Amino acid sequence: MALLKKLIGAALVLGGVGAVAGWILSAPVKLDTETLAQLGPGDAARGKRIFYAGGCTSCHAKPGSEGEARLQLVGGLELKTPFGTFVPPNISQDPKDGIGAWTVGDLANAMLKGVSPSGEHFYPAFPYASYARMKPADIADLYAFLKTLPAVAGKAPDNSLSFPFNIRRGLGLWKRLYLSNQPVIALADNTPAPVLAGRYLVEGPGHCGECHTPRDFTGGTKKSQWLAGAAAAEGSGIVPNITSGEGGIGDWSETDIANYLETGFTPEFDSVGGAMVDVQRNMAELTPEDRAAIAAYLKAVPPHPNGYPVRAKPAK
Amino acid sequence: MRKLVIAISMLSLAVSAAFADPILDRQGLMKERGKLVGGLSKIAKGEADFDAAAVLTQLQALQVNAEKFDVDALFPAGSDKGDTTASPKIWEDMAGFKSTEDKYLADVKAAVAAAPADAGALKAQIGILGADCGTCHQTYRVKKG
Repeated sequence: MALLKKLIGAALVLGGVGAVAGWILSAPVKLDTETLAQLGPGDAARGKRIFYAGGCTSCHAKPGSEGEARLQLVGGLELKTPFGTFVPPNISQDPKDGIGAWTVGDLANAMLKGVSPSGEHFYPAFPYASYARMKPADIADLYAFLKTLPAVAGKAPDNSLSFPFNIRRGLGLWKRLYLSNQPVIALADNTPAPVLAGRYLVEGPGHCGECHTPRDFTGGTKKSQWLAGAAAAEGSGIVPNITSGEGGIGDWSETDIANYLETGFTPEFDSVGGAMVDVQRNMAELTPEDRAAIAAYLKAVPPHPNGYPVRAKPAK
Repeated sequence: MRKLVIAISMLSLAVSAAFADPILDRQGLMKERGKLVGGLSKIAKGEADFDAAAVLTQLQALQVNAEKFDVDALFPAGSDKGDTTASPKIWEDMAGFKSTEDKYLADVKAAVAAAPADAGALKAQIGILGADCGTCHQTYRVKKG
């Protein structure tokens, strides 16, 4: 009996230590002052490029809106995933419903650390695991551009997630595994400038890997299958392999890739589809140099076979 | 002679049987559509010479193709099953699907009516048609492996 009591006591102590350690390890971490000092004044004209490279409007515009209305970042799209439904919030300049009251430091903490101004974790459906690789100065430019966009009132509905994913604090542990500002693909110092520029656009603001890379069971991207394609997070389809491996785009030239991003046509004149339609429209807003850089990087990444299972063709 | 007649009728039966599959029919029309747009796109980009008469012929072929796209016949109930990348959303929102196809047909007709005089004008028209392709494929097609 005494032994049992001791064992229970030990278990409680261990459990308590574990809980304390878990609580400490899961704490939201904000940017240090050194990084915040690199933000600089910001330039709206340059920020426009970051806005389109980052694809903000794809998730934060009102679903189904077209043209100028794509700049009303009121949120409300429903992303139905195995974890539950994520709803991108209002990030318009409305001070109450949107982010009009945020400082540039608040935006930097959100994008680089996934932490809200009130010190809570954001869910990585907001792709800060990619944005974490962005230069602080680019965040400041984006902030300046967002300031030029309209304030739109109206709160988007809350996320609706299943247990245990509805516990925000747990994301602190996830971030310890997956949040890094280091490049995914190591490139030699003498790598041509366009490839390096493309790496930044693809791995950072463009967040291409978020959909084009398969995820492990905790929802982190598998760097060993970087850009190999994946089962779509939403619905029953797939997101294609964009490496040069089997099933990928090895037979596309750099010009083919850049042309696809500009016009939405594949080399065989099939057209862009699914969630990529909005992405391609954003890519069309970039300069030809930026699209060429993305293409150069995609040709330089390690080739992988398809990161999704082969489709069982239905019997006829 | 009799054998020949039988052979021909069997052949034509086989052909019509092949065309009785709406999934193959609509895929065939889509492939033809892509090929036509591809040819026009090369001209618009200056990779092939601009010949106004030839461009108009291609645009007219695109219109014939679009007019053949009878949604009711090509997407009957039940044809969401099988080797297809058509999204179930087509049958959930048939009216919405039809209206994107109608817009595409109207834009093709407008391109034929305003026959482009140079590669720049053609490029603008291809831009409109390409956006139509994307709008429809965004919602009504599922990418599969």
